[in-house]
Amino acid sequence: MKNDYRARNHPAWWAFLVHRLSGLALTLFLPFHFWALGQALQGEARLDTLLRWTQQPLVKFAEAGLVLLLAAHLAGGLRLLALEFLPWRGWQKSLLAWAAGAAIAAGLAFALVL
Amino acid sequence: MDMLQVSVWRGAEVGGYRTYEVPRQESQSVLDVVTYIQRYIDPTLSYRFACRVGMCGACAMTVNGVARWTCRTHVSKVVKGNAIQIAPLANLPVVKDLVTDMRGFFDKWARALGRFVSNATRKDDFAKVASDSPERIAANAGIECIGCGVCYASCDVVSWNPDYLGPAALNRAWTLVNDVRDGARRERLAAVAGDAGCHACHTHMSCSERCPKDITPTASIAGLKRAVATAALKGEL
Amino acid sequence: MSSAGQGYAAVSDAAPGSAAKFETWLWIAQRASAAVLALCVLVHLATIIYAVHHGLTGAAILARTRGNVGALAFYALYVLAIAVHAPIGLRALCQEWLGWRNNALNWVIGALALALFIFGLRAGAAVFLA
Repeated sequence: MKNDYRARNHPAWWAFLVHRLSGLALTLFLPFHFWALGQALQGEARLDTLLRWTQQPLVKFAEAGLVLLLAAHLAGGLRLLALEFLPWRGWQKSLLAWAAGAAIAAGLAFALVL
Repeated sequence: MDMLQVSVWRGAEVGGYRTYEVPRQESQSVLDVVTYIQRYIDPTLSYRFACRVGMCGACAMTVNGVARWTCRTHVSKVVKGNAIQIAPLANLPVVKDLVTDMRGFFDKWARALGRFVSNATRKDDFAKVASDSPERIAANAGIECIGCGVCYASCDVVSWNPDYLGPAALNRAWTLVNDVRDGARRERLAAVAGDAGCHACHTHMSCSERCPKDITPTASIAGLKRAVATAALKGEL
Repeated sequence: MSSAGQGYAAVSDAAPGSAAKFETWLWIAQRASAAVLALCVLVHLATIIYAVHHGLTGAAILARTRGNVGALAFYALYVLAIAVHAPIGLRALCQEWLGWRNNALNWVIGALALALFIFGLRAGAAVFLA
């Protein structure tokens, strides 16, 4: 028999899912990011054209989402490093909360700066 | 009298849920419910139990999607309205109804070298183990495991990776890695490394969430990751 | 799986030895690169927020970055860490969610790592070389 969502409905599992999905999304984004920056090889004007494209609201929104994903993956990753390397204590759940908070803070900072 | 609508898995790998009506009592465990069905309604229902007081782990089943000891699960704690769903433990082949084949579970225990290998003979003096040493404290945190299979049934990596040794086997290996009387450290670290071993754990922590003895296999597996990495860096793996 | 007698599925007899060492080193590389990335990402996030504040035109960005050797070194390290970290993570996902477990996966992942490294360095050169 296989487990379903009822077996997975607890915070550490959601943390895993966020970490894996954010990592996947960032890995899929990276080639585009490297390509976009590489456009500078063809001169400032080429980069500028691309950057003006990114000023569109939908793109800005997507960028904010990416920053949030990056912050979430970082926070979750720091949590994992703590769980795997530091002496085990009962504060893992709080650790998850701190990680989530830090991620949201970073995402908000970016959003506010927009 | 209130009646519970109890949905029970009947069959083997192929089968289906059958619903039984069971009188609801004020103090009632899920094992009481299963026992009632088998005694008064359908004697063909197969299930396992032994001590019925939370010591042996034989009565572990999936209750409303979550692996539990049915003798220590109050109906009032899990019932949804007046409905309960009872199924065999996940990640194990189903023999019949609520009974699973646990041979794979115990074989993996053996493959993780989850057995003590002495480094002394009867001619040697007693081992002196300080009960407050870090190793002994780490070992003590995991030795209460009775092999009930709840952690194994709860683990998604076990579902996704058929070779994965699983939280119980790895937890046992960790207690032995921390046992100063044990003489098989090198073999054991080799046995638990790799993606059938500790490195496949992604810290879902379902095992630690569900363990009825409040053991944290996740912590044990993290310890194994550190021990294996240290051995590899020293060229001892 | 069949029921009763044959229900116990034999698990593969793959020798733990070499896979154990390989997986152990992958794990070490993953955590080491994670630690490096933790620092790099913090710097990168701060840089993004600064850049958004101080101008995002091609001219503005390149004025800040061109000829900046320190930044080039930093981003080269960043790209190396990513080229190690992302493919190893993706490998686990492919094994567990796509059931992809043969050696072909390792080659594809290796190719991805190389591609990320090369294109990352190219992007770094584009932005930081004078």
